[in-house]
Amino acid sequence: MTSQPGDRASQSADIIDATGIRTRVRDFLKEHDPTAMDRLDFLRARFDAGLAWVHFPIGLGGLGASRALQEAVVDEFATAGAPENNPRRIGIGLGMAAPTILRHGTNEQRLRYLRPLWTGEEVWCQLFSEPGAGSDLAGLATRAIRDGDVWIVNGQKVWTSMAHEAQRAILVARTDPNVPKHQGLTYFLADMTVPGVEVRPLRQITGEAEFNEVFLTDVRIPDSDRLGDVGDGWRVAQTTLMNERVAIGGGAQPREAGMIGILADTWRSRPEVRTHATHDALLQGWVAAEAGRLFGIRLTQQLAAGQPGPEGSASKIIFARLMQQLTGLEIEMLGEQGLRHDDWTMRRAEAVDFLAKSPSYRFLRSKGTSIEGGTSEILRNIIAERVLGLPTEMRVDKDVAWKDIPR
Amino acid sequence: MTDLLYSDVEDALRASVRSLLTDRSPASLVLKRVETPDAYDTELWHALASDLGVAGLLIPESLGGAGAGAREAAVVLEELGRAVAPVPYLGSAVVATTALLHCGDTELLRALASGTRTAALVIPFTTPSSSELSRSARSRHVTVDGPTGTTITGNVTSVADALPADVLLVPTADGLFAVDARADGVFVTPVVSLDLTRQLADITFDGAVGRRIATGAAATDAVRAALLAGAALLASEQVGIASWCVDTTVDYFKTRYQFGRLIGSYQALKHRVADMWVDLAQARAVARYAADCLATGSDDTSVAAAVAQAFVGPATVRIAEECLQLHGGIGFTWEHPIHLYLKRAKSDSLAYGTAAIHRAALANLVDLPSPAA
Repeated sequence: MTSQPGDRASQSADIIDATGIRTRVRDFLKEHDPTAMDRLDFLRARFDAGLAWVHFPIGLGGLGASRALQEAVVDEFATAGAPENNPRRIGIGLGMAAPTILRHGTNEQRLRYLRPLWTGEEVWCQLFSEPGAGSDLAGLATRAIRDGDVWIVNGQKVWTSMAHEAQRAILVARTDPNVPKHQGLTYFLADMTVPGVEVRPLRQITGEAEFNEVFLTDVRIPDSDRLGDVGDGWRVAQTTLMNERVAIGGGAQPREAGMIGILADTWRSRPEVRTHATHDALLQGWVAAEAGRLFGIRLTQQLAAGQPGPEGSASKIIFARLMQQLTGLEIEMLGEQGLRHDDWTMRRAEAVDFLAKSPSYRFLRSKGTSIEGGTSEILRNIIAERVLGLPTEMRVDKDVAWKDIPR
Repeated sequence: MTDLLYSDVEDALRASVRSLLTDRSPASLVLKRVETPDAYDTELWHALASDLGVAGLLIPESLGGAGAGAREAAVVLEELGRAVAPVPYLGSAVVATTALLHCGDTELLRALASGTRTAALVIPFTTPSSSELSRSARSRHVTVDGPTGTTITGNVTSVADALPADVLLVPTADGLFAVDARADGVFVTPVVSLDLTRQLADITFDGAVGRRIATGAAATDAVRAALLAGAALLASEQVGIASWCVDTTVDYFKTRYQFGRLIGSYQALKHRVADMWVDLAQARAVARYAADCLATGSDDTSVAAAVAQAFVGPATVRIAEECLQLHGGIGFTWEHPIHLYLKRAKSDSLAYGTAAIHRAALANLVDLPSPAA
């Protein structure tokens, strides 16, 4: 049996443990001096050595190793002062596009897209939500009509972070309006630099624009950039959405990382903010943060042993609730100072940081956490229906052609 | 990194405990038993202790125990909570056993390991594991005198798992004593308890003669360690209670029709059970962390136990209350076992200190001082 790079058959690397992986990184660093090399050349070499994301297959930046070993790799490269791929800037690519391409892509697509995605040469954005399709994503109206080897796309997308800097996009569009909504969708890997793609900033309640609206007018996408089968877009999109929710809420953090750390530091350094009522609220928040942290660690351990499942939906609910509880408390704790905002001017947001800027910014930004990437209400449906196996709400749109659904 | 999952061995242990409980202690039997004079199920205890050998999980093999640890004991407690099993596992196999391990009392430990005897720490069930308050509460009501300095007199109220106990471990200002529960001058009076499946007792010592098993700091440390283990592992029992409540609600949602629909199809209801599940998922992580800290002797055990009781206690009460509400009328009947779980959940939320007491303890442990300080 012949195996190509990135072929699933070639995933089975020899068993590697944490010590082995650290040795591999050190050997790599001996041959690739990060201080002497061009940043991009270094990152490409790291990818080619399988040390980008070790749980990916051989030939696609990984070693087919356990996901749990990635921590040791990141640690070794950080210790060596090696350049990184600026993961915050390419978060959508790393967290959502990559796992979807890996799972549903052809070998050509994986080889074409994963390396520049990981090195940051190509920034990705997500063209999913529309003004008329938020929670009901499968009801989206952006149309893709086939014309030979090309698809012609028309529609409007919204809440697209990084669209103004992105070269590529994961896109879901309607390819058949005559079948029920979930069946008429197709998933594409779109080029954001071609004619017909117009990006406009979308101002949010913090005053700035972190997201965009994207208008697609007769945008041409080659059929070779279709991910998965025609009509299979909803199933492909599930991989993206599951990974998104893990990316937003998940991860193993040290104690007092995140918002509770800001509150705890304020409490310790500024005795004048301390009141009895706030004290118990702070301790309740501390306990809630610790419970959320331990849940995140446990989820990470579960992921290391398997695949992200619907259980990941819980982590985003927990994170959103915690952020909103703690940022509200911070303003109360600070009193007068909590009434001041840093800047309402319309401007482009830099890399998003929920913990940055002023307490009022954090309070307002946290309101998005229970909406973006699936509202907490939709996530509760997912937990109830997919984890707990409860029956779905009665539906009026399920066995109806999309074109006949009221909108 | 701390392992918050369950090992294969722990899963196997869970399966055998669950199988025994399903067979020997279904909810219908527990419900009948709570109205008899023997609220504790002695036969079930012997099956658990002798047949499965779980009484000695915390006791080294050299003393006849299983030489396992707190992680395994936590799994047993999850199952006992799930079944609201009326056995003195927490009081004897966790709290009293931990005290004896600190005292190094090998003879009693051998008896506890085999399950032929059980012991109880004679202290109110609400005594917190970490506070000045608990120190004074320990010795307030019991005095020691007599020619050999081993005659005990006094009252202790609301003691857990003392009714079936053969040996009472009595903290006093003059050390920790072991007293035979059947000795002259020992009066163990059952309390009509909120928790029907862990009936409390008021205990009076009227010149009872005991055996001193630890003195001074060793006695204080033994009691503190016992209460810390109790608080840390109680969280696993609470997780068991909560998981029964979530599962039972989900099952009910899949069988109960109203307005021509399964009630589980209503978003207004399914969102509430989803929230119960999210709370349970966090409670499980918190409880596993506390058990693992205890098992490894981590420096973080006091914090882990305080977080466990500050989070898991109220979460379990909330989940049990939701379980009752979401069952509607049947949930308010005596015939349905939900009330046993609600009563256990509420009672447990006070055991070894309320959430508020544990938050106050955390304030000191993690340097978030109160305004007065």
